[in-house]
Amino acid sequence: MNYFPDEVLEHVFDFITSHKDRNSVSLVCKSWHKIERYSRQRVFIGNCYSISPERLIARFPGLKSLTLKGKPHFADFNLVPHDWGGFVYPWIKALAKSRIGLEELRLKRMVVSDESLELLSKSFVNFKSLVLVSCEGFTTDGLAAIAANCRFLRELDLQENEVDDHRGHWLSCFPESCTSLISLNFACLRGEVNLGALERLVSRSPNLKSLRLNRAVPLDTLQKLLMRAPQLVDLGIGSYVHDPFSEVYNKLKIAIQRCKSIRSLSGFLEVAPHCMSAIYPICGNLTFLNLSYAPGLHGNKLMKLIQHCRKLQRLWILDCIGDKGLGVVALTCKELQELRVFPSDPFGAGNAAVTEEGLVLVSAGCPKLNSLLYFCQQMTNAALITVAKNCPNFIRFRLCILDPIKPDPVTNQPLDEGFGAIVQSCKGLKRLSLSGLLTDQVFLYIGMYAEQLEMLSIAFAADSDKGMLYVLNGCKKLRKLEIRDCPFGDAALLEDVGKYETMRSLWMSSCEVTLGGCKSVAEKMPSLNVEIIDECEQMEFNLDDKQKVDKMYLYRTLVGHRKDAPEYVSIL
Amino acid sequence: MSPPLLGVEEEVQSSVSSPSVECISENGMGLKERNYLGLSDCSSVDSSGVSSNLNLKATELRLGLPGSQSPERETELCLLNLGKLDEKPLFPLLPSKDGICSSSQKNVVTGNKRGFSDTMDGFSEVKGYVYTEKSWMFHEAGSDSESPQSVGHGKYPGNSGVNVILSARSPGVQASVKQDEPANVLQEQPRATNGTSLKQTVISNNNTGAPAAKAQVVGWPPIRPFRTKTLAASSKNNDEVDGKPGPGALFVKVSMDGAPYLRKVDLRTYSTYQELSSALEKMFSCFTLGQCGSNGTAGKETLSESRLKDLLHGSEYVVTYKDKDGDWMLVGDVPWEMFIETCKRLKIMKSSDAIGLAPRAMEKSKANNKKELGYGC
Repeated sequence: MNYFPDEVLEHVFDFITSHKDRNSVSLVCKSWHKIERYSRQRVFIGNCYSISPERLIARFPGLKSLTLKGKPHFADFNLVPHDWGGFVYPWIKALAKSRIGLEELRLKRMVVSDESLELLSKSFVNFKSLVLVSCEGFTTDGLAAIAANCRFLRELDLQENEVDDHRGHWLSCFPESCTSLISLNFACLRGEVNLGALERLVSRSPNLKSLRLNRAVPLDTLQKLLMRAPQLVDLGIGSYVHDPFSEVYNKLKIAIQRCKSIRSLSGFLEVAPHCMSAIYPICGNLTFLNLSYAPGLHGNKLMKLIQHCRKLQRLWILDCIGDKGLGVVALTCKELQELRVFPSDPFGAGNAAVTEEGLVLVSAGCPKLNSLLYFCQQMTNAALITVAKNCPNFIRFRLCILDPIKPDPVTNQPLDEGFGAIVQSCKGLKRLSLSGLLTDQVFLYIGMYAEQLEMLSIAFAADSDKGMLYVLNGCKKLRKLEIRDCPFGDAALLEDVGKYETMRSLWMSSCEVTLGGCKSVAEKMPSLNVEIIDECEQMEFNLDDKQKVDKMYLYRTLVGHRKDAPEYVSIL
Repeated sequence: MSPPLLGVEEEVQSSVSSPSVECISENGMGLKERNYLGLSDCSSVDSSGVSSNLNLKATELRLGLPGSQSPERETELCLLNLGKLDEKPLFPLLPSKDGICSSSQKNVVTGNKRGFSDTMDGFSEVKGYVYTEKSWMFHEAGSDSESPQSVGHGKYPGNSGVNVILSARSPGVQASVKQDEPANVLQEQPRATNGTSLKQTVISNNNTGAPAAKAQVVGWPPIRPFRTKTLAASSKNNDEVDGKPGPGALFVKVSMDGAPYLRKVDLRTYSTYQELSSALEKMFSCFTLGQCGSNGTAGKETLSESRLKDLLHGSEYVVTYKDKDGDWMLVGDVPWEMFIETCKRLKIMKSSDAIGLAPRAMEKSKANNKKELGYGC
């Protein structure tokens, strides 16, 4: 029942910003559904194949901001072949044809062509913001089109994309009239940039708050840019190599000191570690520090830098920080909420410099810790139990022991108890990635305790179907489940096929599921696309249902089989 | 029909002393595969001796060569948590499993689950899996420590290099090794143990840093390729920029006036000027001895070394270095860390030759010192 006119409800709904909440609002009744859909401006689509652009446009005519994700998460680790899918072009084409006034497009793990970028840049007059994360398929020519044609561009944010760099011309394509930039991040580009054009662009962008440079931007340019943009909040330094006795360095020190608003610092793609002292003046205000691309920074220099960062909330670092360094973090960064420790030598001699000790130290010193990504040499149950006690607030807990089936080195036991402690203690845990030697037991714990769990990543674990069953039965809020190299077979897969409709997707590779099992799922659940990815095209020759399936990806969808799958993908 | 077992025979033999080795080798194939089910300290089993009602086949770990069939893995084989997962049927011989488990040594291979496959060309790293698969069946007979756990024998690669395989279940070798290894990765068949092959990273859990295995599991560790590429490029660039060979050794040439040949020192092996100085003294003492007179006895050596020290620290010799700009500077003025980053070459020269050098060096280093105070480095 509505006691209010639609406009009032609409106004009320404006305050409801989270996608989940808005989705819930739209389910209340028909009139709320209608009001909600006309007033909806931001839409998030976690799997671009779950819905079609046409249906999106039909339902949300007021759409201004679209977020799309393409490939499954394991594509990040080379498990999904190159041209599997996730093309953004059809979306842009459909949106361009419609009357949608798109202003913001955020894409993750999608294939973006120069053609799409060009079409995008020419089709939406008010286009303001382009964010591309882990995408591929475009070159700097596409960026040039965006720069040249989007007159009101505010944000161009490129994060970890594979871009074919045709060298610096694209920056010059920003017209002189473009003064609206708020955020510019091209750190992932590998080629040269036109430094003069960059300086002029920054000079005429008084609202610029976030600037992340690539390696090709040398120190003297950095100094000039900082002089022109002391209002920066987020800075990504490209090259930080210089002679500490030079004039440039002195100027840099002065410039940095003027940047009193910087709260986030990243980059250092090339670094001369003995010159970090210029950064100290801004360290005290930093809330986010990302040194995960700076292998040149380690040892005492790194320690010193961290010791200045007392307000840090998020730290991304390489494992050359070592357990000792993590001890320094624990002592210094009392506000720390998120820690990511990446391996500096992932395929090397197996000497990741951090172990369970570092993690325990951080957990003891940083009680606000709620998000972790930790690549380490080894882990013990005792350490995990301690961490669970110290930090019951974990929302994300991703542990990667470089040797994926390594047991607790002290007791030689699997890590079931340790992870069990984590899920039991951290009642709000939403994302979990497991590694190390694990049996079915850990999955029993997960099923029992991880009530809020939404995403689970499993590799080289478990002993039997039971593991998967515990999870499917127990984790009511599970949305994404990705499994590789586990002994889960048809029995687990088929136990409760209805569950998959409540989830976004399920990935299983190198498991025990057979073609017959997958076919069975597909038959019983027409609302799912069950894709078999068969790169070696073995399925062509052997269509036996008992054949084990190498890679299976299933996801719920409202639009049936996709039409753009490559030959080696069969949709059952 | 016993599917071919893969493994490396010679490793086993070299590391195992139990009689089971023979039975492994009896199995005929040149390559043996080892299993590790966590009970692993037990010696390997003589399969021929076991009575058939124990469902041996189920316990055999097999690695299939491409095209071969492998048995399904029995879940009973997971003995690690039998205590907890008591709904699982226990394997008949297991009552003394506790004994087995408790006797497992530190370097027991506990990782089980997966089969793994040796690469065909038999990399030495990928060897000697502990064949413990059936070992617990004979626990009473001989689950002694000399089990074929060639674990911890230092032969195996360190933890991070997982040798192997990729799991396709189908016949045909899939050489999807991530790195450009020359390995022909075998297709691993055994569903006996969940799929992929992890090798004995499991075994290697006690190895602290043996060199990495050559082949790797696709997609492990789970890091975006963008990151690994960027880091690789970063390290290379940092090296180019600093002119250093990288985090490894930092060799610079050391010459001494009057010495017939140069030496090289790795600056990274020292952490203070004092250490470097002592090392140089030792290195070059033989050259100055000629001037000091004969040596021979330890006492005399000491005398000579201290004489050299006097020479070096006294008035006769000074140690200088050439920095990145090409200037010759006096050693000792800048903080050690800065020194090793800028030093390109060392030279021990006579003080008299260094006179012109010193004052300039002092000025430069005074400037340094001022900055140093600023850094607090």
